[in-house]
Amino acid sequence: MKKTVFLGALTVAGMAAGASAAATLDDVKARGKLNCGVTTGLVGFAAPDANGKWEGFDVDFCRAVAAAVLGDANAVEFVPTTGKTRFTALASGEVDMLARNTTWTLSRDVDLKFDFVGVNYYDGQGFLVSKEMGVSSAKDLDGATVCIQTGTTTELNLADFFRANNISYEPVPIETNAEGQQQYLAGACDTYTTDASGLAATRATFENPQDHVVLPEIISKEPLGPLVRHGDNEWADIVRWTLNALISAEELGITSTNIGELSAAPGDNPEINRLLGTEGNLGEMLGLDADWAKRAIMAGGNYGEVFAKNIGESTPIALARGLNAQWKDGGLIYSPPFR
Amino acid sequence: MTTITDPHQGQFRLSMLLYDSRYRSLTIQIVALIGFLMLIGWLLSNTAQNLAELGKEPSFSFMMEPAGYDINQRLLDYNSQDTHLRASFMGLLNTLLVAVMGCITATVLGVIIGVLRLSPNWIISRLSAVYVEGFRNVPVLLWIVFTMAVLIETLPQPSAFRKGEASMSLWDSVAVTNRGIYIPEPLFSRSLGDIHLLGNSSLRFDVSLDLLALLAVLIGGILTSVLIKRRADILQEATGVRPRTWHWRLGVVVVPVVLVLAILGFHLGYPELKGFNFRNGIHLRNSLIALWLALSLYTGAFIAEIVRAGILAVSKGQTEAASALGLRPKRTMSLVILPQALRVIIPPLISNYLNLTKNSSLAIAVGYMDITGTLGGITMNQTGRELETVLLLMLVYLTISLTISAVMNWYNESVKLKER
Ligand SMILES: N[C@@H](CCC(=O)N[C@@H](CS)C(=O)NCC(=O)O)C(=O)O
Repeated sequence: MKKTVFLGALTVAGMAAGASAAATLDDVKARGKLNCGVTTGLVGFAAPDANGKWEGFDVDFCRAVAAAVLGDANAVEFVPTTGKTRFTALASGEVDMLARNTTWTLSRDVDLKFDFVGVNYYDGQGFLVSKEMGVSSAKDLDGATVCIQTGTTTELNLADFFRANNISYEPVPIETNAEGQQQYLAGACDTYTTDASGLAATRATFENPQDHVVLPEIISKEPLGPLVRHGDNEWADIVRWTLNALISAEELGITSTNIGELSAAPGDNPEINRLLGTEGNLGEMLGLDADWAKRAIMAGGNYGEVFAKNIGESTPIALARGLNAQWKDGGLIYSPPFR
Repeated sequence: MTTITDPHQGQFRLSMLLYDSRYRSLTIQIVALIGFLMLIGWLLSNTAQNLAELGKEPSFSFMMEPAGYDINQRLLDYNSQDTHLRASFMGLLNTLLVAVMGCITATVLGVIIGVLRLSPNWIISRLSAVYVEGFRNVPVLLWIVFTMAVLIETLPQPSAFRKGEASMSLWDSVAVTNRGIYIPEPLFSRSLGDIHLLGNSSLRFDVSLDLLALLAVLIGGILTSVLIKRRADILQEATGVRPRTWHWRLGVVVVPVVLVLAILGFHLGYPELKGFNFRNGIHLRNSLIALWLALSLYTGAFIAEIVRAGILAVSKGQTEAASALGLRPKRTMSLVILPQALRVIIPPLISNYLNLTKNSSLAIAVGYMDITGTLGGITMNQTGRELETVLLLMLVYLTISLTISAVMNWYNESVKLKER
């Protein structure tokens, strides 16, 4: 008899643990805060400003989700994660989602048991070198010392690239972008390699950015996107469609300036109406209210506004839209329809 | 007269388990044991349940998959196509390397500083005290990071050598750069080659026949030298005159070694600047140096205190007796005090060796690829097998620690006071 009681207790404990893993939306609502995993500091993508307020391309996405779910773009707890700690943080439930320059790969999706909800930045891996080295191609880097962040796809691409080109290199493993920057500037490595967007962002913080160049070769595909734990499809849907809402908003011409007017009453574009909740019940289908997308867009603007404000050509990081232009403009940014 | 009556053999009642002092402690222990087992059982089943829920049943097969990443400091051949198991093996060797180097340096430092701290010379003893307190009272992680920062920021980059702003030291044989120190490497032009062990498996390794030959000759030489000494002892006892043997004893060790080196075509390979970096020579990476220095200096401070305590534990009468016999202070220390002090020193020394080895897992702070950096770092991250890798890692450290303990306990046994 004793044994059955014991086993019964175990099952209950196990079930309780299992059940809590599923309903992320309820957890977030009960907590009143979204726990969002970001980088430890990559200016333009996610970094605290002088007053300790987090800012950036990824940060704005976290805020949009918080606005959609909780109605408050500031109800976010930003959890800094390194390339190595991010997946443990997400798998263990320490964060509800990651928006952290993370590449969508098969093994992360399938084996590590995460769900990527989309791509918010199409990127590729590049090399940063100082101009005075006189290197013009990554293939000239034979024998170079390369700073590389551990626990990343870039670390694996690097090994493949040098192997495929039959040249040698000396890897210097580093934990965070700040560490990489320090070692690179001190000349402890000849080149720093990571996502080209990350290189541009890092270079922008240098004292003399013009002394450094990103080599023309892009050696990999790095589709960066937000991700959530596998197994909670309702939550994944909310995060996915928040991203799509920001993208569609740009496509449909909804901006933070005209959104008040557009959402006041149904207009003559039915998709705008459905997106902003003046028509239909898309919000209800997601388990949210009708204004969810309106709040998400108002948090930091549509996809294009978020891009321009944080990493666009008018910022020191100066990234062109390139692949990240709307599909209508020849880019890859494309949202499925709101219907 | 006293009469002893047998205790009353009453019937056993259940309440006696709690109220009878004969049974009470047993009852408490059994209850505690059951509680403990239940806790463990709950933890295990909860973990298993949650992992199953996530769809991640524990499995170790990932260890045989290709690792995909490169390791800078590899003591054996390795490339990114090798398995995670081999990558972990490289990490393990790196852990052992820094642990052994650290233990040796820390012991040497500790003994010297510990003895100096007892020196009658005020300045020397104060300086030693400053060293001990300075290193002992700052977390070792800070020392590691600090040493690394100093190496990176103060030493010249390889490009400074190209521009002529820095030059190699020791007759152009050593290059000190902020990426590490390059020293000459021993090479053999008529090498005997290697023997490959364990075929193509993940644990394969090579043994250099040159090294084996050298070791064989060296050991043979030492044994011969010991024989010569024995004969001299016997002769001295029989005749009272000790024959002059030092040149023979030195000769039998040195001459064969030099001969073998000559036969093998021994020469040094010097580091030279080629392209971005120095090539050839042995590259002591800055991460290794920083970790090794910081660990040795830190642990050395603790060992110094242990040595000092050990020496102070030998009663003053011993020193006085020794000087009464006419022994000079240096010989008193090495012949009378240290041998006795060792008995007090060894047990706490063991735990310091264990600490140093475990502290070496802080390697990750400077990017030294030890077992925590490979198995517990990149492998864990790329495969997402947190539970399995951490279990393996614990097993590895447990094995290393138990081995160190066993060896040191055996040594302790041999220096212990033998009661005759
Ligand atoms: N996209 C790659 C690399 C991601 C990565 O670590 N990026 C760097 C530079 S772009 C970063 O975000 N560093 C910030 C930090 O160190 O916290 C991956 O997902 O593995």
